[in-house]
Amino acid sequence: MKNNQKYLLIFISLLMVLNACQVRSTPISNQNVMPKVLNVMTHDSFSVSESIISEFEKQNNVKVNFLLSGDTGAALNRAILTKNSPQADVFYGTDNTFMSRALSENIFEPYKSDELININDDLELDKSYRLLPVDYGDVCINYDKKFFSENKLSLPESLSDLVNPEYKGLLVVENPATSSPGLSFLMATIAEFGNNGYLDYWKKLKENDVVVVNDWETAYYTNFSASSGKGNQPLVVSYNTSPAAEVIFSDHPLTDSPTSSIISENSCFRQIEFVGILSGTHERALAEKFVDFMLSQTFQEDLPLQMFVYPANVKATLPEEFTKFISVPQKPASLDPELIAKEREVWINAWTDEVLR
Amino acid sequence: MNFNHEKMRKTSFKYLPKILLGLIPIIFFVIFYFLPVSAIFTRAIELASNQIKLDQLIPRIWQPLRFSVWQAFLSTFFTALLGIPAAYIFARFKFPGKSLMRIITTIPFIMPTVVVAAGFNAFIGPNGWLNVFLMKIFNLGDPPIAIINTLAAIILAHVFYNTTVFIRVIGGAWAQLDRKLEYASGSLGASRIKTFLKITLPLLRPAFISAFLLVFLFDFTSFAVILMLGGPGFATLEVEIYTQALHLLNLPMAGLLSGIQLIFTLLLTSIYSWTNHGRIFQLTARDPNEVEKKPDSLIEKLMIISIILLLSVILILPLLSLVIRSFTQINSISAEGEHLDFQFTLQYYQHLFVNERQSIFYVPPVTAIQNSFVIGLITVIFALLLGYLASRTLSMNTKFVRIYDALLMLPLGTSAVTLGLGFLLVFNKPPIDVRSFPLLIPIAHTLVGLPFVIRIIQPALVSIPEMYTQSAALLGASPWKIWLNIELPILSRAFVSAGIFAFTISIGEFGATTFLSRPDLPTIPIAIYRYLSQPGVMNYGQAMAMATILMVICAMAIFLVERLRLPGISDF
Repeated sequence: MKNNQKYLLIFISLLMVLNACQVRSTPISNQNVMPKVLNVMTHDSFSVSESIISEFEKQNNVKVNFLLSGDTGAALNRAILTKNSPQADVFYGTDNTFMSRALSENIFEPYKSDELININDDLELDKSYRLLPVDYGDVCINYDKKFFSENKLSLPESLSDLVNPEYKGLLVVENPATSSPGLSFLMATIAEFGNNGYLDYWKKLKENDVVVVNDWETAYYTNFSASSGKGNQPLVVSYNTSPAAEVIFSDHPLTDSPTSSIISENSCFRQIEFVGILSGTHERALAEKFVDFMLSQTFQEDLPLQMFVYPANVKATLPEEFTKFISVPQKPASLDPELIAKEREVWINAWTDEVLR
Repeated sequence: MNFNHEKMRKTSFKYLPKILLGLIPIIFFVIFYFLPVSAIFTRAIELASNQIKLDQLIPRIWQPLRFSVWQAFLSTFFTALLGIPAAYIFARFKFPGKSLMRIITTIPFIMPTVVVAAGFNAFIGPNGWLNVFLMKIFNLGDPPIAIINTLAAIILAHVFYNTTVFIRVIGGAWAQLDRKLEYASGSLGASRIKTFLKITLPLLRPAFISAFLLVFLFDFTSFAVILMLGGPGFATLEVEIYTQALHLLNLPMAGLLSGIQLIFTLLLTSIYSWTNHGRIFQLTARDPNEVEKKPDSLIEKLMIISIILLLSVILILPLLSLVIRSFTQINSISAEGEHLDFQFTLQYYQHLFVNERQSIFYVPPVTAIQNSFVIGLITVIFALLLGYLASRTLSMNTKFVRIYDALLMLPLGTSAVTLGLGFLLVFNKPPIDVRSFPLLIPIAHTLVGLPFVIRIIQPALVSIPEMYTQSAALLGASPWKIWLNIELPILSRAFVSAGIFAFTISIGEFGATTFLSRPDLPTIPIAIYRYLSQPGVMNYGQAMAMATILMVICAMAIFLVERLRLPGISDF
């Protein structure tokens, strides 16, 4: 009798366990609740608000898994090296300097998103729809407002002005071989002075004691006089959005930015960032949805304060800090992505020989 | 003849378990080192075809190679200049603040270079406080110390990072050296210098060579220090590899350069294991009370004070500059930087705990510390386990050991970019997939830490007199019991020292693991880089605050571990 009771108990509990499984598993099969995983590979600077990602996840019953893979070059390398067994479904962060290389590696599938109607046409550089523009930012010379007003020094109006004696030793730039804003600035000078003239210009800049450092962090935080490093150069190659970041990330409330950027014709270089669906994805439908999402107004309005770039979607409204503290160049410098891919190494080597040796 | 044969059979049988256990580190190495590295080389060769023109190639290899060797040579020399006297006073003397000092010398290892560069700038940069101070006192127009972006800055940073290697590797062995040998030599009429050259140096030779080699390789493959403190005028092979691989996407060139770096390393480690082999003297473990004494003569006192002062200036002041900066709000009243108003603030720390931008990648400091610590502890376990097994194999006297020894050193001379990309190339599908196999991060750290661990454990292991284990076995103790009651107590100090090395290497490593890092497992260096990648005073302050927290917590952890003695084990 006692034994029977024991078996009965076991039996009942088994039933209950099974029942529990049953109860839970029914809605899973019915509504297909088990979320799929979408892998998005991107660079370390990527950022997005938690709320809008969880909204996307809920709507599409998906778990978005971000693979942050170093800087732009490192992330792209990862995508290229693993193209035979793709690690992700979507890749965000190819910029116009790497675009042509990425396309020639055939790592993206074409996708003509419906959202493209709201995207600024000027940014759509890839006519095969493998890389769709998400955002852009301008690499510009930033200046320390206080320095110029207190020294009663007029601002340089163009790149040519920077070789004038009054700006001797006042500009810090990044090495184009190791830094992405450094490369962009080199390209601005190539766009302005041409393939035959840019080295001459750099020679004069060198004679005017331009300071070269390897990375943006050193240029901005150590050399730039308006940043927390309180360095010696009041002119730095940075982004046109940096003045807004100075206000937002200040340690005391500010009504105006301590910095601003020089936006005359061809003095800034426009970096455009693209998203693409990686070839060989098993989640093509979801990947398309994610690309749509990145181009949508929700994501595009979230972009500026997360990554300090401009939305490619013309309908997206900008945050107040952007309209108040940032100036956008009307005529930024630009170069053909194919030319960049072809000449990049030549330019960098020539620049190194001219400026560093 | 017959006798010899018999003896050989016996010997190989005796070594069999050791060889089998020694295979475990080899298997680990083949999977996690040779596979990724050879995969990258294969891919580089596949892509190479005939893109590379030889006449342009030679200067592009020769220049960075020459500079890598030259700066590593200078850096090692100057590190030794500070490190050897420091190792001596740590091994031989008791002085107030010694354990604190020992911990502080370890801290540089865990600091990401980007913050160290900021620390050096806050200290001796053009507007660093030392320059500002000197300019005020002597009424100078220009900052007197202008070494940022010079070779001197590179050397100084390398001394800052690597002095601890000399203190721990040489100092560790020195502390085991019987003082009576020196006394005997002295009473036989030898001068102090003669005693050092004829007695101390030969006995400590393996430790010296090990320390020199480790530091040289670290400097040889230096990357972030060259980039951030040396500036664009200098490029080591490692910097070139980084540029070629990640900025020009020229994998063949990067592969070629890292191949050359590797061949050079292999050459160096082979020479090392050849010359160092069979020269290990049995140093019996000593009680610290027996070897360490209070300084009695004035010269000894002066010597200790001056070395401590030097260590403080080079190691502590840059770190302290960081800490102070994390508590200071600077309001400039004039743009010239002459009228700066300094205010104490805690806001950088307070803001660390707030996800202001609601970002999905916000890293709460506690999480970052937890992740760093867990990864660090796993690295310690892997590195000690594999390092111990490898050390046992290395203490055999066979030819195989020499190759084994040279090979295990290779990760130190391997480009982090190459290793990282190699990991991506090999481990991208189950069972080991970078995306779902978080152990790859501590494994990569273990590869770098292992040479250090072996250099520390192996000499200690050899120092155990066979007499001890033999008599224990004779008295009927099981191998396990012998290990627990004889080996472990004698090795405990070496284990602690080696474990601390593995831990600090893991916490500070930022090379190969940037490729493997996962947003769900952010570590402290990653959090610091995230702050520093955007403009704004607050971001800068928060990076400094995070670095300070990292420093303090690691110092506390190291302090506790150094205090920790297994119960029932006297302090050897």
